[in-house]
Amino acid sequence: MSRDWANLLYLVTIICFILALRFLSSPTRARLGNWIGAAGMTIAIVVTLAHDGVHIGWRIIVGGAIGGVFGAVAARRVRMTAMPQMVALFNGVGGGAAALVSLAEFHNHAPDPGRLHGDVSIAIIASALIGSVSFAGSMVAFAKLQELIGGRPITYPGQKFGNLALLALVAAAGIAIVAGAEQQWLLWALLFGSLLFGVLFVLPIGGADMPVVISLLNAFTGLAAAATGFELNSNVLIVSGALVGASGTLLTMMMGAAMNRSIGNVLFGAFGQVQAGAGAGAAAVSDGTVRAATADDVAIMLAYAHKVVVVPGYGMAVAQAQHAVRELADELEKKGVHVDYAIHPVAGRMPGHMNVLLAEANVPYPALKEMDEINPEFPQTDVALVIGANDVVNPAARSDPGSPIYGMPILDVDNAKHIVVMKRSMNPGFAGIDNPLFVDPKTVMLFGDAKESVARLVAGVKTL
Amino acid sequence: MSHFAQLVVELTILALAIFLGFEVISKVPTLLHTPLMSGTNAIHGIVIVAAMLVAGAAHPDSLTGWVGFAAVMLGAANVVGGFVVTDRMLEMFKKREPRQSEGERE
Repeated sequence: MSRDWANLLYLVTIICFILALRFLSSPTRARLGNWIGAAGMTIAIVVTLAHDGVHIGWRIIVGGAIGGVFGAVAARRVRMTAMPQMVALFNGVGGGAAALVSLAEFHNHAPDPGRLHGDVSIAIIASALIGSVSFAGSMVAFAKLQELIGGRPITYPGQKFGNLALLALVAAAGIAIVAGAEQQWLLWALLFGSLLFGVLFVLPIGGADMPVVISLLNAFTGLAAAATGFELNSNVLIVSGALVGASGTLLTMMMGAAMNRSIGNVLFGAFGQVQAGAGAGAAAVSDGTVRAATADDVAIMLAYAHKVVVVPGYGMAVAQAQHAVRELADELEKKGVHVDYAIHPVAGRMPGHMNVLLAEANVPYPALKEMDEINPEFPQTDVALVIGANDVVNPAARSDPGSPIYGMPILDVDNAKHIVVMKRSMNPGFAGIDNPLFVDPKTVMLFGDAKESVARLVAGVKTL
Repeated sequence: MSHFAQLVVELTILALAIFLGFEVISKVPTLLHTPLMSGTNAIHGIVIVAAMLVAGAAHPDSLTGWVGFAAVMLGAANVVGGFVVTDRMLEMFKKREPRQSEGERE
């Protein structure tokens, strides 16, 4: 097939991708949309195989088979609670592929210096740099989420300066290549520098900020793919990459806004370090007026309420308590209690994380309420049941200008008539910030593993 | 078409696609943000097309050959994994069998 015919058929792929995103605007049509996207991808792959310049050899067949089988098995086997790291992993391999393409393209032109047009060499540099950062950064994010390495920010003196210097070196190598120094080693240096930068860039970012990082890396991979489109003069790559780049950028901005923090602060603030003195503060709080309740007390409170709002956080995901939570809601609804779920935009480790987990447990999506929708309802709420959430319900964000999270929009659970906080222990939350909610006179604490505690609540409610 | 003319066309397409992307994505509800991430993840798997063009070159030297092979492998994992994971997620979003206590309590 000639290049022009191929490009015409790639247009079908482009339309499929746009429809796929368009259909994501409604939960009822979203799945169909995903299939349309997959059909578009299949068309693109078949057209490429039929392309004049493509010889189908072992590289394509074996490479495609290994990658495809790995992707299918990993995607099928992964538990819903491990979804953030799976998204990070697939994002990373895409970035890696883009970086490798740029390496091969550069190498192909290398024996013939001067043949590269300036714009093509810029595209090669861009996809090599962004793709490598995305690959390495995603792998670090994967390792953090999979708890292969600690989730807390990893910092050392001179970190920002070091990262900046590294980025400057990488940029210098890129500029040298574009300026005409088409030396192979320069691109290798650029690739390794970018990989290292990707690692160093994500290491200091704490687990609670992962929704922002994953969105940003998603945008990076999209842009890297778009850059390869400029190398190969392929419209489908440019459009698809741009769509993903726009999506990731938009999500990143929304996550930043949901935390009332600038993207710069998220990326370079090393938020969530254990602050000196935070431990002492937490001890003071726990000496105070924290009231611990038993599961039976809480079960009675819930069973005789009219309206209960469940506030899930990352703790629910860690304990894999979503099925138990749904069971509890079922038991309560049998008793005529109205149960809703309050979802904070940055609860969990990726955008929309809680929605997916609760959907997995068959919670109907109309019961999942966004922050702006649920906040006015808290004053009429009898019990707010906070399961493994902390910073997103911390009233200090509204009232204490000295708090690191001051100004972040939160779920106003403290307006509810009673608050039950389920927590493993009195350790300060991820960000190491005191939470005055815990000493609120309306609050009782239910300590223990979220899944076991919820199971005890279910048993308690059943006996009433 | 001259190289420069082609570049101008491509830049035009890029700009339009970015604006289209913002337009389409801003209509996606927060409920579906995880499937959105995962779905766009699958879409950037389109880089497999670039990988196949590299790996399918007639007489690649050993570096290009191996790099192309690796790129196809990564791209295929991205495409298949991305779409399958997204499908698994979207399968779960249900409106539900009607609530037992349909009479909403005041």
